[in-house]
Amino acid sequence: MATETHGVNWHAECLYDAGGAKGMPQLCTDWMPNQIFWLAVALVVLFVILSRIALPRIGAVLAERKGTITNDLAAAEELKLKALEAEKAYNEALATARTEAGKIIAAAKAEIQKDLDAATAKADVEITARAAESEAKIAEIRAGAEEAVQAVAKDTAKELVAALGGSADARSVTAAIAARLKG
Amino acid sequence: MAAEGTAEGGSGFSIHPMDQFIVKPLWGDGPVGTFTVTNVTLWMGVALLCVFALFVLATRHRGIIPTRLQSVAEVFYGFIHNMVEEVAGHDGVKYFPYVMTLFLFILLSNLLGLLPMSFTTTSHVAVTASLALLVFFGVTLIGIARKGLGFFSMFWVSSAPLALRPVLAVIEIISYIMRPVSHSIRLAGNLLAGHAVLKVFAGFASMAIISPLAIAGAVGIYALEVLVAFVQAYVFTILTCVYLKDAVGDAHH
Repeated sequence: MATETHGVNWHAECLYDAGGAKGMPQLCTDWMPNQIFWLAVALVVLFVILSRIALPRIGAVLAERKGTITNDLAAAEELKLKALEAEKAYNEALATARTEAGKIIAAAKAEIQKDLDAATAKADVEITARAAESEAKIAEIRAGAEEAVQAVAKDTAKELVAALGGSADARSVTAAIAARLKG
Repeated sequence: MAAEGTAEGGSGFSIHPMDQFIVKPLWGDGPVGTFTVTNVTLWMGVALLCVFALFVLATRHRGIIPTRLQSVAEVFYGFIHNMVEEVAGHDGVKYFPYVMTLFLFILLSNLLGLLPMSFTTTSHVAVTASLALLVFFGVTLIGIARKGLGFFSMFWVSSAPLALRPVLAVIEIISYIMRPVSHSIRLAGNLLAGHAVLKVFAGFASMAIISPLAIAGAVGIYALEVLVAFVQAYVFTILTCVYLKDAVGDAHH
């Protein structure tokens, strides 16, 4: 400490010459004006800093935050309502869409059925026509075959008769074959 | 640091727990006049800088989402603001900046005083008595300004039997006048005692045999002193609010 090296003890009432405190330094009246003066300065400066800058600023920030939170909550509430509304609308739309889809399906089914019926009828007609045609063809083929059989049989019979040394006139052979084929 | 340079007893072992409270000029040696720059100036200035850093620099972004330091400043703001509103009532809120000034000054002085080699400005009765008288006269003047002579009706306890009222009035007036005394001595006494005890423990640490015990004791006392620093700042402030309620509140007794 500086006080001990210098000879002068400025506060003989409060300090020993060596620099130590006599009793309680708190009770040393020599120092009190200094402390009170600097306390006054410090308090005035602190008050000015706080009341002019710091406290309005913090107060504003807190108020702003409160406002923001309130607004956000209100906005959230509104959005929630909107979401509920949207959900309702969605459900309604879904139900409508379902009914519509049912209708469309029924219509499509009916149409398909109609087409199917028409196609079936057409096919039936065609089948009938084809069957008739086929039958005609078969009949034709059969007739052709009979004729051919008759011709073959006639020729064969003539040849046989000729080979056996007989002579037969065509008319009697034909008549005999016809009689046979009918039999 | 207490023991050095003051060994008037001549022995190697001496404890001077009060030397830490000596007011001395920062530069050179000389008388401590009213305007001398002393360690009082230094540590009050450091307290101001701390408040400035916490309440002005840390809040300069005005963030809706606060930074860490800004949220600390906001916690103090909210704490004291609520205290004023709850204790002093709604009308007391306009005195919030004054209360905040007192609280921050005392809190920072108490805490800075716990730094080694520092000086505790609030351990001096001159300082705390000035603060307490400020509150006393402030509250009295506010009370008279708001209620006129009706302010003094709080000494006349109308709910008591008529015969007792003069006696009670005397007691009430004495207790009112004694407020600044208890208000200031409580703060200065707590800090003075704590710091002196801390220094005594620290002094005993130089004796090898008991030094572990002394150091453990010093650590314990230090922790207690941190608590005391907060509690005394809180107590001073809440009492200020209680006194303020007498001046601005409506209901009495």
